[in-house]
Amino acid sequence: MVEKSEKVTDKQVYLNRRRFIQAAVMAGTATASTLLYRHLNPPPAQQVKGDKLQEVAKAPTQKALKEGLAVNDKLTPLEAITNYNNFYEFDTSKSGVAYAAKGFVTRPWAVTVEGLVNKPKVFDLDELLKFPLEERIYRLRCVEGWSMVIPWIGFPLQKLLEKVEPTSQARYVAFQTLLDPERMPNQRTGILEWPYVEGLRLDEAMHPLTIMATGMYDEILPPQDGAPIRLVVPWKYGFKSIKSVVKITLVADEPPTTWNIQAPNEYGFYSNVNPNVPHPRWSQATERRIGEYGRRDTLLFNGYGEQVAHLYEGMDLVKYF
Amino acid sequence: MTFPKLVVFVNSLIPLVLLLWDLYHKRVGPNPLDFVTKTTGMLTLIFLSLTIAITPLRKIFRINSLVKIRRMLGLFAFFYGALHLLTYVWFDRLFNLISMGQDIVRRPFILAGMTAFTLMVPLAITSTNKMVKRLGGKRWVKLHRLVYLSAIAGVVHFWMLVKADIRLPLTFAFILLFLLGYRLIERYTPTQQPNVNPFPRE
Repeated sequence: MVEKSEKVTDKQVYLNRRRFIQAAVMAGTATASTLLYRHLNPPPAQQVKGDKLQEVAKAPTQKALKEGLAVNDKLTPLEAITNYNNFYEFDTSKSGVAYAAKGFVTRPWAVTVEGLVNKPKVFDLDELLKFPLEERIYRLRCVEGWSMVIPWIGFPLQKLLEKVEPTSQARYVAFQTLLDPERMPNQRTGILEWPYVEGLRLDEAMHPLTIMATGMYDEILPPQDGAPIRLVVPWKYGFKSIKSVVKITLVADEPPTTWNIQAPNEYGFYSNVNPNVPHPRWSQATERRIGEYGRRDTLLFNGYGEQVAHLYEGMDLVKYF
Repeated sequence: MTFPKLVVFVNSLIPLVLLLWDLYHKRVGPNPLDFVTKTTGMLTLIFLSLTIAITPLRKIFRINSLVKIRRMLGLFAFFYGALHLLTYVWFDRLFNLISMGQDIVRRPFILAGMTAFTLMVPLAITSTNKMVKRLGGKRWVKLHRLVYLSAIAGVVHFWMLVKADIRLPLTFAFILLFLLGYRLIERYTPTQQPNVNPFPRE
């Protein structure tokens, strides 16, 4: 007969210990999984507040609706507009831009307007903010298939271009975003060619619907939406509306544009919203309005056909997509 | 259920619980549909990769018992894939089958995703012990090689829908390349292989 040694653990103690270890393993792995999930898939950041802009003219009159200066669609909430952004200079995840762009310094800021003009000029931001500001309630249609309705505040680009007097050789307008990897951290990566550049034909740039926006919802433009000044062309896919502009150049030939450089067969120079010309990898026939379930039909020229269709008369919109 | 399986089960459900929690508290951003679609899609790829990683892992580290959690990982890949598909069918297409059909034709990446999911269906159906017996081990193993095709289609689906930032799909592609490459190399290099029974007693 063997004496029960003190070294042999009592069965009950053994079982208790086993249970304790199991509980610890379960709790430990569950905590690790939770942290890992939270790290990989963080909930979108909270809203970033802006400052009030100067008083602006209120738009939605019948005349404004007729001219396309406003639409009757329900406005997209500010929180959505400020937390769902494509701005690759900061982050390629739409929900991550607001956080990554927090604290982006926009002063001092100047916009150089040069090229084929009689009076080239460097505009200080304060000077630009003195242009009479208007509210424009525009639909914004992203090439990815979602849309918003945004109450912009800004002034027609036309007003700015008139000041520098384009020469008769000027046929296109080229735009450039700030290039500063210190302030725009994602410019250290090679996801796109930096700086971001865009372009319009001169008549598109001079169209009364084309504006330089400096705010929205009566507030200063927040960084994630293109502070301090950006282009808004409501009948083209969103990527044409270049953000945080530092340079505008009047040129004779069609300027290079960033997404067209990236994938020429997917993103054309014109990039007018057109439900009949599919993107090579997805349809453009419908869109999801942020805040709505299901999808709605996409409108030709994003619904601004009455105002802009004449710009493209006789042009093959499939060839010049 | 054995304890290791229970650990895997609980941990695999944690993403779902957190996702539901965020949905309930409306912390899913301005486009909840986009958030849920992205999350469930990513989870499907992660669980598919984990499932395929079991064989290389147990051979490299000689932990044969890992195979015991493989079925559960595979079924979770199917589960999250089903949620991903349901999100699309329900909230994006509102159960409109015609619009779904058009979408599959118009958007090749949807076709790739549908392929990835469809390939998982027979695997989920034949995942029970009974079905393994009914099919016979060899045929079962052959059939379940479809999981490789499913994972490839899944990564292609992901790759085709991003605009420029391909870092994430590329990561999944590399992982998959390694996991499938490991099998190819092992198959065609005449080294003595440890005798690994694909159906150890559970």
